[in-house]
Parts: sequence; structure tokens; C-alpha cells
Amino acid sequence: MSATAEILDSVQSSYKWGFETDIEMDLAPKGLNEDIIRLISARKEEPLWMLEYRLKAFAAWLKMEEPDWARVDHPPIDYQDLHYYAAPKKKAGPKSLDEVDPELLKMYEKLGIPLKERAILAGVEPDPNERPQIAVDAVFDSVSVATTFRETLSKVGVIFCPISEAVRDHPDLVREYLGSVVPVADNYFSALNAAVFTDGSFVYIPKGVRCPMELSTYFRINARNTGQFERTLIIAEAGAHVSYLEGCTAPQRDENQLHAAVVELIAMDDATIKYSTVQNWYPGDADGKGGIYNFVTKRGACRGDRSKISWTQVETGSAITWKYPSCVLIGEDSVGEFYSVAVTTNHQQADTGTKMIHVGKGSSSTIVSKGISAGKSNNTYRGLVRILPSAAGARNHTQCDSLLIGDECGAHTVPYIESRNRTAKVEHEATTSKIAEDQLFYCRQRGLSEEDAVNLIVNGFCKEVLKELPMEFAVEAQKLLAVSLEGSVG
Amino acid sequence: MSAISTMGAAGFLARFEALRDSLPGCAAERAAAAESFRALGLPGGTSGRRSEAWKYTSLRPLAEADFAGSTADTVHGDGADLVFVDGVFRPDLSTTVPGFTQFAEAPAFGPLPRPDRDPLVALNTMLAADGAVLRVPAGVNAGIVRLGSIGTGASAFHPRHMIHLEQGASLILLETATGNGAYLHNPVTEITVAEGAHLTHIRLQDEATDAFHLATIYAEVAEGGTYDGFSLILGGRVTRTEIHAVLNGKSATAHMNGAQLLTGTQHADFTSVVRHAEPNGTSRQTVKNVLNGRSRGVFQGRIEVARHAQKTDGYQMNQALLLSPDAEIDSKPELEIFADDVKCSHGATVGELDAEQLFYLRSRGVPDSEARALLVRAFLAEALDLVTDEAIRAILEQRVDAWWERQAA
Amino acid sequence: MLDIRGLTASIGDKSILRGIDLVVPDGEVHAIMGPNGSGKSTLGYVLSGREDYTVTGGSVTFNGIDLLSLEPEARAAAGVFLAFQAPIELPGVNNANFLRTALNAIRRAHGESELDAMQFLKVARVETKRLSMPDDMLKRNVNVGFSGGEKKRNEVLQMALLRPKLAILDETDSGLDIDALKIVADGVNALRSPTFSALVITHHQRLLDHLVPNRVHVLAHGRIIRSGGPELARELEKTGYAGVLAEAA
Repeated sequence: MSATAEILDSVQSSYKWGFETDIEMDLAPKGLNEDIIRLISARKEEPLWMLEYRLKAFAAWLKMEEPDWARVDHPPIDYQDLHYYAAPKKKAGPKSLDEVDPELLKMYEKLGIPLKERAILAGVEPDPNERPQIAVDAVFDSVSVATTFRETLSKVGVIFCPISEAVRDHPDLVREYLGSVVPVADNYFSALNAAVFTDGSFVYIPKGVRCPMELSTYFRINARNTGQFERTLIIAEAGAHVSYLEGCTAPQRDENQLHAAVVELIAMDDATIKYSTVQNWYPGDADGKGGIYNFVTKRGACRGDRSKISWTQVETGSAITWKYPSCVLIGEDSVGEFYSVAVTTNHQQADTGTKMIHVGKGSSSTIVSKGISAGKSNNTYRGLVRILPSAAGARNHTQCDSLLIGDECGAHTVPYIESRNRTAKVEHEATTSKIAEDQLFYCRQRGLSEEDAVNLIVNGFCKEVLKELPMEFAVEAQKLLAVSLEGSVG
Repeated sequence: MSAISTMGAAGFLARFEALRDSLPGCAAERAAAAESFRALGLPGGTSGRRSEAWKYTSLRPLAEADFAGSTADTVHGDGADLVFVDGVFRPDLSTTVPGFTQFAEAPAFGPLPRPDRDPLVALNTMLAADGAVLRVPAGVNAGIVRLGSIGTGASAFHPRHMIHLEQGASLILLETATGNGAYLHNPVTEITVAEGAHLTHIRLQDEATDAFHLATIYAEVAEGGTYDGFSLILGGRVTRTEIHAVLNGKSATAHMNGAQLLTGTQHADFTSVVRHAEPNGTSRQTVKNVLNGRSRGVFQGRIEVARHAQKTDGYQMNQALLLSPDAEIDSKPELEIFADDVKCSHGATVGELDAEQLFYLRSRGVPDSEARALLVRAFLAEALDLVTDEAIRAILEQRVDAWWERQAA
Repeated sequence: MLDIRGLTASIGDKSILRGIDLVVPDGEVHAIMGPNGSGKSTLGYVLSGREDYTVTGGSVTFNGIDLLSLEPEARAAAGVFLAFQAPIELPGVNNANFLRTALNAIRRAHGESELDAMQFLKVARVETKRLSMPDDMLKRNVNVGFSGGEKKRNEVLQMALLRPKLAILDETDSGLDIDALKIVADGVNALRSPTFSALVITHHQRLLDHLVPNRVHVLAHGRIIRSGGPELARELEKTGYAGVLAEAA
């Protein structure tokens, strides 16, 4: 039997972030109805317009049907069997490390976030002169427990805070932009999110400001039987620049948990938003039991001329991923980018890709997608490139490569290309293959173990995407790829 | 995404009710097909059921059309060996072809078509009145057989063709579809290629400007066999060429090449699925669209590789040239792969004529219109060159040139 | 060093090696010559453990251990190095990273400490300089976009860094100009010591002018049909294989 064909019957992959934190929680009763929505809104001390927005979304959601076009398969979700609000009882935002709930501290330690960053997460601001600086918003189930560097950022006019706070403190900005990129009834999960979203990050970069540090949000689902519905909104005014990172993990449980996020990005003239994700939700066990259903709507609007939105994602977690970070390229010469690595093993299912909607003259987009399937998983790239008649001189280049490890998995490519302007140029290429035996042998002849050889080759395969990640993240992502594929090679 | 209507379907169902006792044979299958057609409806109407297979093509114009009858009196044979007028075999216009029988004489439906899934196949199964049944015995090279269809007036016809190549047999089948009127031509062709047999299937679709042409072809290829298909699509108002090829034996080959040259408000949909069910198969596809006027070209192509179809080699290229500001292309090349030791790839490009190439030619003294003709022909050559029979390729090239001259005029 | 007895091997149903007996003592360089399809490259692959080939009989002892029982990486760690006739491209894999990973894997197997990136670069630069390779070769992806000569030099660089006990050079001279040929030969000569041996698979005499072998063996139809000193290579260069083949028949 050939080397790569010798796939194990899926050794339990070691999900190192699967522990649970025992912390006293404020939990809404199970179920979804107007009262629950009112309760969430009340807990968040929201103004009336926000509650009305939620109720409108809920009414729309009730009339919608769960989408079934993706290549994913799961038993029906009982939306009444979830908690829609879960928050640690201790007040968020302590002044020093000592005031933070020790269980929370322990959790961040266990998640392996570096000590300095951990101090940041727990709400203690270290010496701002130390580099590199990363501001962090830590979202634990339904609430943000800490957001760091807010003072430093506010000095240059950057707003970085939990979105629930922005609803109260910056209502004009939130009312103007929330739902302006992903309308309430855009799709089933976005409507659900609009009705029940609990927390997430809000970022506002004023005109001409280059955000002095990376911003990041760390999402953690902890409570049992809860759904996490985060909402993120990033606005970059003319000439502004920001790089934002998100990471996510969850405990290892036998039941499936729902995560339905909405992320909206808005870039004005000459603004740049770089959005990077390392998605590592619990993927379920080797038999496909448990894991997060990750049904996410991410969309950016390049409203300004020469604006740019760049999505980079490394997707290794979740039982099911349904996610298409997209760009609506309205501004002239605006730029959209999508760089993706999606790894599926065991029984994971990923249906992910992007939409590039070209409206503006001279708008251009680049799509690089690398899918790696192992075990009994299915990995689908689904993407749309649409050139509207107004998009004279638009350009798209798409490269989709799939790698299969073992003969029990599937790799699928479903691109849609629609062009209504002859001056536009669209190029799409896709390949599917396995790791070449001669590459493996070459590495092993030089002394590498088969697993190391596979890692090396897979990392090479993903290089084009990984190099788009901020440095600190790239290293983490490489390690994550190796861990995810552990046990996939015979 | 297109919705499916059952509105326009009613007329066809009424027609079936009226004709069911006079249609040749297969009563139970026709009744079942009618049930499927009733449930599936015509893609693209208003009743709201979504169909991914018909995402880019709506048959609403068909649903709204009225098919009153044929005007088949004054037609010429057009040089084909086997001539069908409005779907009915015309011995007076045909010559003798060994192995040929009329569908109407011994009606039987094969196992490949899926009236339960494909609405137009259901429509065909329900109403098929005639067709060509052609059998090439083992080891025989049957040369070229020309199968012509002529549509007239406002007729609606649903021919059912069966082409069977026995072990080691070979055949070049040249199908032409022409006519005059606002008719519907809805053929279903079942093809089986046995071990080591070789079918070259050339289709020249040059229907009348107002006609509907909705063809579905099923081809099953056994070990070592080859289905080598090429479709040149020039005519019709709303057309669809749908090909399903199954490589059911080891080392089988399928080619599903084609070119669509469209102008005016023409809509042409080229949809294909090749299924690699057994190891060591090869599939190749090059489809070119040249779109002028306000025309719309659609390409949907899927390569499926089954779990144990190892060592599959699949390649698909789809390119579109938009010649006018209002032309539109929708392309969906798909890979669905369940085996790991495979080599599959696809590519798609969309754009206009290359300005630099154009300028280069003009700077060498070639007038603009000639330079364009040259480049369009070069673009199409990659597909046309895949037709290996020189005489047939010459016929196709001549049609392409004539098409281009009409555009320039 | 290397003791091959009655080695037979096949690929699929096709038998390629039909009983090889060959002893390479410590510190010696042996050349394997022979016409196309005689099994020369197969011998290199079988010794290094390529899985496409099935060993159907015989034994290979390498410094006292049963080589055929080891995985490819264990053979590499034991000191077997195969310079590939057509070095493999690894897209996206940085050459320096590849070399360091390989070197550290072998150092680990020997219980030696691993080199960090800086230490490695220092060692690697000494070798690239000696092999007249530009520094950017370390930054490029493994063999991707390398010319034929660059690929072969990259093999020699790997050999120099990994310091094997037995180097098998599979037509490393093919496609090289005379300067590159000399670099390859110098690379091997630099490693020559009482604990280093080499099997040089080649078609031509010219490499052997620079890399003088202790013994020359002629391989045909999966067997060694003649062995001799360096003069045998010169004889073959003059008369071709026909004479030797006829003699053996």
C-alpha cells in the first residue's frame, strides 16, 4: 500500500483546547422568543432602537428557512433547546490581575496565550512601550470580559470596545452602519444573529489614522447548551488602516453547539482593512460526535475608491463550517482579497469560500483557496465572482487547490463566475491531487519522518495563504495545521 | 436561482392526455414520466421551487409559447442519411443505413435517462413519438452516419434516439439540427459504448432563430471505450445542451468539447456531468463561448470521481470571449472528488479580445476586422482542433466562418 | 560498509534486479555503469527504501545492520544518502527550512543537539560558498524553478550538510557542464575518508576522471556482469557496452 494511502482509522486527534472552565454563570432560560430577546436587550442595557432592530430581525427569521444548498449534513437543529445568553457572574473589567476571577485567569493560561498577553486579557495593561502590542477583546460566551489598550487607542481616536458598549456609547455610528453590509434578512443565520447577538467587537478608525497596533478578539464558548452569536463591526474612514485578528476555541463536548456570527467591514476611500481568522472551534471527536456548527456571515463593503479589504482565514476547527467571507467592491479601483486554508479531518465538513461582487470600475480581486481533506471529511470550496455591467476593467484571479490525504475523504470545488462586462477579465484555476509519493520519499530519504514530511509539504502547499497572516499568527497557524493533521498519516 | 413553474407544463400534459392512446408503446413509463413532469414542472417559471441544475437558464419563454403544429410539407433532405422532420422519420428523404430502425417501430426506453430527475427528459419520455435507433455490431467500423433534424412552423417534437456500439465497433455520428419557425426540438439521446468501442459524436446545432432546442444526451462508456463528443452551437432562441457521460469501465475515455457562438438575444446553456465510476478513466473538456450582441452563454460542467475511481485524469477548460458590451457569461465548473489518487483540474477565463494582440496584428498591417476574425478563430481553434476527422472539422470551420461574416456584416 | 548478497527486486510484475552481489568496503568509491534500463537507478532506490519497488530476495547489510528492514528515514539516519537523478520539487517549502529539518532529524537520531536557525545558516553558508552557490538558493523553494545544474548542486549541498556514510549518486553528472561536474566531484572528494563510501551511478567516464573509483562494476539485465579497476571505465568509454555484453552472454 502506498504511504499516504495508509490512513489510520482516524486516531483521536488531540484537541488541546477542549477543557471546560467551571465558573458561576448568569444563564438565560432555554428557548427563543420575543421575551428572550427583550431579556438580552435588557441585560445589555440597550436603547429602544436596538431592541426594535432585534425584534424586526426575529420576525424576519421566523419566516425564513434554513439554507440547504451547502454540502453539509446535520440533524435538524432545535433552536428552542439553546441558551441565548450566558455570562460569567463576576463583573467584567477588573482593575488589576488580583480582581479577575481566578478561574478565568486559569482558563487563559490553559489556552496557552502567552503570559504577557494573558495579563492583557485579564484587564491589566502592561507597559505600552513594549513591542509587539496587540489590543485584545476577550469574549467569553455572551459577553466581553476585557478589552485592552483602549486608552492608548483612544488617544489617536481609534474606538475599540465590545459592541454592546458601542450600542450605548456610540449609538450614531452603530445605527448608521449595523446591518448596512449584511442586511437583517440577508440569510437565515444572519437574521438569527441580528435578533440575538450578544457580544463581539466594535472598531472605528477615524480618517487618516493608521491603527498603531494589531487589534484582536479572542472568542471562547464555554457554557453548555449555549449558542454564541457574536457581532463584529469594523469601520475604516478615508485613509484609515487597520489589521484585525480573531481566534476561537471551545470545550470538548458530545453535543453540537451553534455559533452564528456576523461580521461587517466598511472601508472608505483609500482605507484598508485586513481581517485574519484562525478558527479552531472544537471539531468533534473521531466518530464525528460533538463539535461546533460554525455558520458565519462575513462581508466587507469597499465603499470608497481605492479601498481594500483582505480576508485571511485558517480554518481547522468546527464540526461544520459554513462561511463565505465576501467583498462588495463598490469603490473605483477597490481591492478585495480572500486567502484561505481549510483543513478537515475525521468527520468534519467544511463548505467555505468567498463572494467577490464587482461593482466599481477597475475593481480587482484575488482568491487563493487551499483545501486539505483527510479522514472521512468533506471539504468544499464554494465561491462566486460576479462582474456587474458597471465594473469596467475589473479583474479577478482565482486559484483553488485541493489536497486529499487518504481515500475516504472528499474534496469539492464549486465556483460560480458571472460576467456582464466585456472589459473585465476573470481567470479561475483549480486542481485536486494527493501528496506526491516522490515528494514524500525525497523528504524521508533526507531523514524526515513521514508525519514531518507531510507537515512540511502541507505547509508548503499553504504557503501562499500563511504568508498573508501577521507574523505571530502565521507561526501559530503552522503549528495548528500540524496538530490538526496528527494521526491522518499512516 | 431559477424557480420552476408548472404553468407552461399544463399544455404539454394536456397534449399527453390527448395523445396517450396513439403514442407508440411504453404506456406505463410514459404515465410515470407524466407524473414526474407534473411534479418537476418547467425550469424557470414562477412557482418558486429552486433548481441548482437550472440556475442560469429559465424556460419561461417556452412556457409562454404556443405550439400549434407543423408545416412540414416543403422541406429538403439537407444531405443527411437519416432525416427527421418535426421529429418524425422521413424515409422519402433518407437513404438506407445498416443497423438503423425507427423508434416508432419498436419503442423501448433504455435505463440511462432519468425522467424522475430531469424535467425535459420526463417531457420527452411522455411524448416521444419517433427517433433513430442505431446499432453498430461488434468490430464493425460504420464510418460516418449523418442524422438530420428539421423543425418547422410551431411544432413541438421530442425525438428519442438510441445509439449502441457493440464491442470494438466504431462510428462517426454527425447530427445536424436546422429548421424554420418557432418550434421546440427536445431530443433525448441514449448512447452505449461497449468495451473498446469508439463513438465520435459531432453535433451541429443551427436551429431557426426563434426555435427552442433542449437536448439531453446520456452516454455510458465501458472498459477501454471512448465517447468523443463535440457540439457546435449556433442557432436557437433558448437552447440547452446537456450531456451526462458515465465512465463505467476501466480506462474509459470521454471528451465533451464544444463551442457556442451567440448573438442577438440568444441564450445558450452547455451543461455536462462526467462521472468517473471506475479507475484509470480520462475525461477532457474544452468549451468555448463567443458572445456577441445581448446574448448570454452558460457553462456548467462537473467532474465527479467516485470513491474507487483511482488514477482518474480529468481536465476541463471553459473560456468565454465577450465581443459586445451587453453580452453575458455565467460559468460554473465543478469538481466533486472522492478518490485521492487522482489528477483533476479545471480552468475558466472570461474576457474580451486581447488589446495587445489586436494592436500587434494591426501594426503589421492587418485591418481591424480581419485581425479580430483572426483572433476569434484562433480562440475557437483550441476547441475545433479537437475534432480529429478533417472533413468534419472543415464543415464546422466553414460554419464558424459564415457565422463570423454575419457578425461583421 | 555495504554488503549486498543475491539482491532481487521487482516493480509490479516486472523483475528488475536479478541477483546483485556487491561489497563496498569502508572508504572506497565504486562506480556502477551500464546501459539504459539495466537496473542502475533501481539499485539506488532499493537501497534507500523507495516503496514502489518490492525486494523479492537477498540481503543488504550496512555497517552490520539489516538495511532492508528500515524505513527510508531510518536509512537516512543510518547514513545512506541518495542524490536523485531528477531531484524533486517541493512548492512552498523553503530550501533552508527543508535542509535544517532534515539535518535536525538526523542529528536527533544520533542523539545530537538540534541547530537553531542562526547556527544552521552559519553551517549552510560555509557549504554554499564552497559549492559556489548563491546565497539566495537557500531562500528559494526546494528545487522549484532551479535549473538542472542548480538542482544537482543542491543535492551535493544536502550531501555535504548531512554528512552520510554512504552516498549513492544517481547520474548526478548528467546534464552538467564541466565546471559543475568538477564541483560535484569535489563535493564527494571532500567527504572521502575511511568511514565514507560512495556508489557512483553514471553513464560516462568523464565524472570518473575527477572522482577516481576504486572499483568499476558493469550492470546489465539486473546483474553485475563484470567488475574491474578504474581502467574498466576507460575501456567502456572506448568500446561501448556491446563487447562486455557479448562477452557476458
